[in-house]
Amino acid sequence: MFRLALKMLYGDVAKFIMLIGGLTVCSLLMTQQSGVFCGLMMWTTATIRNIDVPIWVCDAKVEQVNEVVPLRDVDVNRVRSVKGVEWAVPLYWGIIQTRLPNGAFQQVQLTGLDSATLVGRPPRMEKGTAEELRLPNAVIVDQVCVKKFKSKGLTLKVGDVFEINDKEARVVGICKAEQSFMGQPYVYTTYERALEYAPPQRKQLSFILVKPRADTPASEVVARIREVPGLAAFTAKDFADQTMGWYFKYTGIPISFGTVVVLGIIVGIAIAGQTFYLFVHENVRHLAALKAMGAGNVLLAEMVFLQAFVVGIAGYGLGTGLTAMLGAKFMTLGEPPFFLPWQVLAFAGGIIVFICLFAAGIGLIKVFRAEPAVVFR
Amino acid sequence: MSVAAEKNTAIRTRGVTKSFGRGESAVKALKGVDFDAHCGELIMIVGPSGCGKTTFLSVLCGTMRADEGSIEVFGTDIVHLGTGTLTAFRGQNVGFIFQQFNLIPTWNIVENASVPLLINGASRRTAETAARTLLAEIGLGARLSAFPSQLSGGQQQRVAIARALIHEPRLLICDEPTASLDAASGRKVMELLKGTACRPDRCVVVVTHDSRIFHFADRIAEMEDGVMKSVHKPGEYNPQYV
Repeated sequence: MFRLALKMLYGDVAKFIMLIGGLTVCSLLMTQQSGVFCGLMMWTTATIRNIDVPIWVCDAKVEQVNEVVPLRDVDVNRVRSVKGVEWAVPLYWGIIQTRLPNGAFQQVQLTGLDSATLVGRPPRMEKGTAEELRLPNAVIVDQVCVKKFKSKGLTLKVGDVFEINDKEARVVGICKAEQSFMGQPYVYTTYERALEYAPPQRKQLSFILVKPRADTPASEVVARIREVPGLAAFTAKDFADQTMGWYFKYTGIPISFGTVVVLGIIVGIAIAGQTFYLFVHENVRHLAALKAMGAGNVLLAEMVFLQAFVVGIAGYGLGTGLTAMLGAKFMTLGEPPFFLPWQVLAFAGGIIVFICLFAAGIGLIKVFRAEPAVVFR
Repeated sequence: MSVAAEKNTAIRTRGVTKSFGRGESAVKALKGVDFDAHCGELIMIVGPSGCGKTTFLSVLCGTMRADEGSIEVFGTDIVHLGTGTLTAFRGQNVGFIFQQFNLIPTWNIVENASVPLLINGASRRTAETAARTLLAEIGLGARLSAFPSQLSGGQQQRVAIARALIHEPRLLICDEPTASLDAASGRKVMELLKGTACRPDRCVVVVTHDSRIFHFADRIAEMEDGVMKSVHKPGEYNPQYV
C-alpha cells in the first residue's frame, strides 16, 4: 500500500512540485540564513582564533574582543606576578588607516605582537616567515589585505611598501587568517612598532596574552587575575562565548536573521500545509473508498505520513543541497560569511519534520472524519 | 452459530432505523427496515429517489452505523462490532462496486484491482498476480498497464468488479452499478456480475434505479419512505415509481 501511496503522491505532479518547492524554499531560507548568521558570529571571534592563546586579559570594563579599553604597560608585569602564570605578553590591537603608494586609503586591524616571543603570530604563513617581523618596518598582511589592496590598484607582494600613519611598512610575509567581523584586513607587526604606527595615547596596551602553568587549570589562573584591580580575564572559549553573546544582546543581527528564518518556517508551513491539505482533500473520496474496503485509520495515517515525509525529505535535501552549494561558493569568495554547524542542519530537519507532521495532521483530520459511506453519495 | 446462519441467510436485518440531523430538522431515512437476503442470490433493492436505499446499503455493509435495530451478516452481528473490527470485517467479507467506480486515477488497473488483497495483508506480488488473472478473465488482459482514464466507462466498471471480487468476499455490495453506463455497457456489466459474482456461498446486493437490469435479479425488494415495502420475483414486478 505504501508504494501505491507514493504513486498517488507522484501522480499529482503539480501539487508534488508545489509541496517540494515550498519545503525546499523553507529549508533553504532556514539553513542558508542560519549559515550566514553563524558565519557572522564566527567572524566576531576571529581575532581570538587567529591569536590562539589560552587566556586573554583586558580592562575590567571590556565586554567583548572587538572593543578595546587600553591598559597600562605595567599591567603586563602585574599579570606576570599572578601565581600560576607561565608567561604573559602584551598585544596591541587597533583599527588604523593605511595609505597605498597610489594614494588610496584602507583601514586595517593592526596587531602588534610581543617581539621576543611573537606570541599570537599569524596562523598560516603563505609567503615569508613570522620571524621576519623583527626586520625594520616589517609587517605581515593577510589574504584579505591582498584582496582589498588589489581592489584599490595595488597587487601586494613581499617587498612592497605602504604607509601606516605616515610611517613606512614593508611587507615581509603574507598569511592566511580568519576574516574579522568588521571586514578590515589583519596587518601584523611587533608590539613596539605597532605603538609607533598607532596615534599617541596615554595608554596603548590592548590585551595581555597569558599561558597558565601546566599544573594550574586556566580557570584558576583566570580567577586569580580577576582579583587584580582593574583587570578582567577570560579563557579563550569564554571570551569567544561572551563576545558572541554580546552581539546577540546588543545588535540587531539575530533579529534580522531570525526574522528571515521565521519567514522561511511560515512559508514552509503555509505552502506545504495548504497544498498537502488540498491534496488530501481532493483524494478524500479515494481514501474513503479504501476505508470502505477495509483500510483502517492506522493504515491510512501511515500512507499520509509517508507521503508527507517523502516530500519533506526531498524538500530538505534540495534546500540543504542548495545551501551547501551557495556556502561553498561563499567560502571560495571569502564573503558573505558562512558557517554551517550540524546543529543548524538538525534544527532545519526538526522544523521540516514539524511541518510534515502539521501538514499530514491537518490532512488526517479530514481523512479520519471522512465516513466510508461517502463513497455511496 | 446464530439462527440466521443456520438457515443459509446471508443478511438479516430487523427494525433498522437511521436519522440524519437533530431536533426538528432531523430526517428519518430508515424507519425500521426488516430485510433478508440468502446465500447464492442476487437481490436488488429498488425504490424512488430519497426512499433510503443508499442509506440502507451503507448500514448493511457497515460503512455507516444504524441508530437502532439488528443487522446480521453471515451470522455476525455487525451492530455491536467495534470500529476496528468492523473495518476488518468489511475488508475480509465485503466487496464494493460504486456508481462512480472510485478507481484511483494515478494507479493502473492492476494496482486498483489488487487493493483489497493488499489491505488484507497479501504481498504485492500475490495481489498483482491475482489481479492480472482476474482482469484477464473479465476481458481486460490486453489493457493491464492502462490507467482508469484510458478506459471506457464499461471497462472501468469491469475493473471495479475485479477489485470487488479479488479477495473472494461473501457479500457483494453494488450501488447503481449501471447508472453511469449506456444500455449496452450496463447489460454487459450485469452479465459479468451475474456470471462471475454469483456463487452459492455469496450474496450480491444491488441498489439500482435501472429497470433495464431488473431481470438479472433473483428477487427485487422495493423500498419506500424508509421501509421495505415488498419483495417480488423479477417477472412479477411492475414498478410504479419509474
